[in-house]
Amino acid sequence: MNLVVIDYDAGNLRSVETALKYLDVSYAVSSDPEAVANADKILVPGVGEAKAAMETLRARGLDSAVRGFSRTGKPMMGICIGAQIVLQESEERATQCLGLIPGVARKFPDAPGLKVPHMGWNTVTFDTASAGAWLFDGIPQESSFYFVHSYYPDATHPEHVLARCAYGVDFAAALQRDNIVATQFHPEKSGELGLRVLRNFLKH
Amino acid sequence: MFQKRIIVCLDVRDGQVTKGIRFKGNVDIGDPVRMAREYYDQGVDELVFYDITASAERRGIMIDVVEKVAEQIFIPFSVGGGISSLDDMRRVILAGAEKVSVNSQAVKNPGIIEDGAGKFGRQCVVLGMDVAADSAMPNGYRVYINGGRTATELDALEWALRAETLGAGEIVVNSIDADGTRDGYELTVTRMISEAVGIPVVASGGAGTPEHLRAVLDEGRADAALVASMVHYNDFSVGEIKAYLRGAGVPVRSHLS
Repeated sequence: MNLVVIDYDAGNLRSVETALKYLDVSYAVSSDPEAVANADKILVPGVGEAKAAMETLRARGLDSAVRGFSRTGKPMMGICIGAQIVLQESEERATQCLGLIPGVARKFPDAPGLKVPHMGWNTVTFDTASAGAWLFDGIPQESSFYFVHSYYPDATHPEHVLARCAYGVDFAAALQRDNIVATQFHPEKSGELGLRVLRNFLKH
Repeated sequence: MFQKRIIVCLDVRDGQVTKGIRFKGNVDIGDPVRMAREYYDQGVDELVFYDITASAERRGIMIDVVEKVAEQIFIPFSVGGGISSLDDMRRVILAGAEKVSVNSQAVKNPGIIEDGAGKFGRQCVVLGMDVAADSAMPNGYRVYINGGRTATELDALEWALRAETLGAGEIVVNSIDADGTRDGYELTVTRMISEAVGIPVVASGGAGTPEHLRAVLDEGRADAALVASMVHYNDFSVGEIKAYLRGAGVPVRSHLS
């Protein structure tokens, strides 16, 4: 399997790489659109800011490469900012995103006592009837995952919401559509259960 | 449900974890990578490594430790101690740390918070502050630097608010009065700062029993509690602390897989 981890300068890829090494899979880190086109599977990780992420993707021709890949039916997974840029747009500096899943990345509301970023462990409820439920194979409901974000994915169609989480608002902790899955949480930083999510993606 | 975090702190000197009383002690108690993995297996939510290596030329040892830890544990961890430039921050982040912690250096040069947040994102920048009760200060607590040895003119609450404005993503409030006592956290200063800022606050100093953690996470309004000696000497495991907290109604992560 030719797994490509997309490098678009959105934060440090090191933690995703160490997790993949620990899981003993081979992968390539690339910012080359051609490598994306030839991949069997792609991972779009990242932390940071939606506008900068999209600008770098466009500058490298990776936006159309990722869109093209998504149409092949081969598996792709977004993590954190990667779960926001698959949507149509982000409220973060009014950014046009990839538009692979209808929806918007919204800012957490200003509410008393609600600290932003949402940073720490939170429980996740996944939809066992979802076509993407395989991502949570072997994982108990209400398991905890590690989040760090100020914007959250808000999918237009409920069938694209694979898992939910509550923090001031009820938001999509994971998305799915056809061959695309995405988690707002960081599986690579969510302990053994997080590694299981990654493993589920790798063997799918 | 959003959960309170239990963070284990490891003081590392010349590549070895030393006795957990930060303001004194210097007895080696173990290998940081092995200890990190053990706490990971016990279900700790996060780890902090403080580099207390005295000589600058031996700092490279810490980077090796960070790299090895990153290969073994898959939860967030931060590194502090001796971070005085963006280059220092970059080195520990590239070695695999999620966050960097600045303390004395941020007092001397507050711009490091702003620059670090601008470069790596505010979630990467933690402000550590050592505080002690002082009725001469506007809000009752004074900030100290250089491992608690040097008093500053900073009021603890004002410094916390300023650090938040500069871009700190989290604040660790360490009470000099409580540190090493094992008599419990300083609830008043923790609560005062946690209620005033919009970023997470980690309570530090004074943990001796699981009840101390409950008190600071509950009455003290802390988002996370840092522990050191109470787990390093096997008085309590992380699992035992969490079981107690769960029983007392404090939401904590279960890591059973």
